[in-house]
Amino acid sequence: MIEREQVLHVARLSRLRLSEEEIDTLTGELSSVLDHVDKLAEVDLEGVEPTSHVVPLENVLRSDEPRPSLDREVALSQAPDPHDGAFRVPSPQAEA
Amino acid sequence: MSTEYEAVIGLEIHVQLSTRTKMFCGCELSFGDDPNVHTCPVCLALPGVLPVTNAQAIEYALQIGAALDCELSPVSTFDRKNYFYPDNPKAYQITQAARPFAENGRLGEVRIHHAHLEEDAAKTIHTGGGGRIKGSDASEVDFNRGGTPLVEIVTEPDLRSGAQVREWGQLLRATIKQLGVSDVNMEEGSLRCDANISIRPAGSDTLGTKTELKNMNSFRFIERGIEAEIARQKEVVSSGGEVEQETLHFDPATGELHSLRSKEEAHDYRYLPEPDLVPVVPTEAMLEAARNSLPELPAARAARYEQLGVSEQAALLLSFETEWAGFFEGVLEADDTIEPRVAANWVTGEFAAELRKLDDQPLAESRVAPESLATLIGLVASKKISHGAGKTVLEEMVSSGADPAAVVAEKGLEQISDSGELEKIVIQAIEDNPKPAEQIRGGNEKAIGALVGAVMKATQGRADGGEVNRLLRQHLGL
Repeated sequence: MIEREQVLHVARLSRLRLSEEEIDTLTGELSSVLDHVDKLAEVDLEGVEPTSHVVPLENVLRSDEPRPSLDREVALSQAPDPHDGAFRVPSPQAEA
Repeated sequence: MSTEYEAVIGLEIHVQLSTRTKMFCGCELSFGDDPNVHTCPVCLALPGVLPVTNAQAIEYALQIGAALDCELSPVSTFDRKNYFYPDNPKAYQITQAARPFAENGRLGEVRIHHAHLEEDAAKTIHTGGGGRIKGSDASEVDFNRGGTPLVEIVTEPDLRSGAQVREWGQLLRATIKQLGVSDVNMEEGSLRCDANISIRPAGSDTLGTKTELKNMNSFRFIERGIEAEIARQKEVVSSGGEVEQETLHFDPATGELHSLRSKEEAHDYRYLPEPDLVPVVPTEAMLEAARNSLPELPAARAARYEQLGVSEQAALLLSFETEWAGFFEGVLEADDTIEPRVAANWVTGEFAAELRKLDDQPLAESRVAPESLATLIGLVASKKISHGAGKTVLEEMVSSGADPAAVVAEKGLEQISDSGELEKIVIQAIEDNPKPAEQIRGGNEKAIGALVGAVMKATQGRADGGEVNRLLRQHLGL
């Protein structure tokens, strides 16, 4: 069972502002997710290698060759407040 | 009675790899370019993209692991370290938490806990509030650096003082520089060092609460910052307080420590395996290549020089800088009758001092070749010129690139080898300086210095000091 406080903590880490109603809904939903994980945790995995990837692949590597980057105008075209070629964002301190 | 405390220090060192492209995309690495000219959908974290690991970064990482005498992991994997901050558009950093590429190593007296690969964050500039984060109203983000491959080296808490951290840090930097896998330039941020510091009663084996000293851009500052923090913690504990876990910044200008983040913001990274990347499984060929690529590293080289009879201090000075080691070996190669100890003293002593006098001229720009210095050392060793005259010749060589034998001839510095000639000068010196001569005969042997000086002056430094002493003592009846 997950507590309201834990939901608020995770929301804060993700910088999400939740309404009272959302907090109630999410507390229930996250609890059922965790219950499901608890159920999975009952399986005896003694001696089983952790799965890091579902496809049995390894060493998918790329050679160290430069590829063209985006034009800056394109890169910044989605930014709400570009300034002097940079992505301008609210100060993380002010927001905290 | 007051308790004695000892400091316990562990380091986290970030090394920026000098690959051509970023860790997980093909954007070129750069320093000092205009903001946001090296970005792509991957490093900007646009929806639907997939990272692909840079093979060269893996190769460099394995070389670092091998140089630090680590066990290279048969399987290493990537994880997501979640945090929300504008320097990181994915809201997680790709790093290696559960299975890093290298573990259980050692460099010198310090054990390495592990080394892992990760991507660097973007650069943020806080505008308003004088560039500091406090009081700023906005931040400007430049993603050129975002996604740069880093190797983070984490030591065991084996260090005990700021001075030890500086010395060990310099050894680590020299080691990595020699591998050629990073510029290790602290001012440009390609080598960054954080220190975890705690104190405990001397002899105890428990660990106290640690603080983290962040991101200092020289080992001198790190040394001073650590000493300041150790002093602060001792003060807190001695006055009955408790050290609080926090992150600190040291201001070298004022010598003050500032707290960076409050305890309430302690990290909660919620690591999870990175599903977009497959495991790295170094093949035997990759491991072999990493081990075979290791050049002679500074620690091994210093040990070899000491075996040759070079003093410990000179051996360390020579080993840390590849160019200086090369120069020293060049001197020995030019004339194998020169004792390594003597050559090392000339190179790190008189020669280095002359370069410093020339506005700190870099060795690479010096007009003196190892062969010429070997010639000069040979002239002194065979007593053709005195040691003092040797210094005069060296000064000329460094400033004009002149040939040592030519300088000796031109300035008439050749040592007086005819002991009859020297004897006349000695007798004259005793006659000209009756007072010290009398004192010496009266038992004050120290007064001989004045007579040696007189002889050296008369010969313009061309006499052998030992021979002058011998003749003076003979004629004074000592």
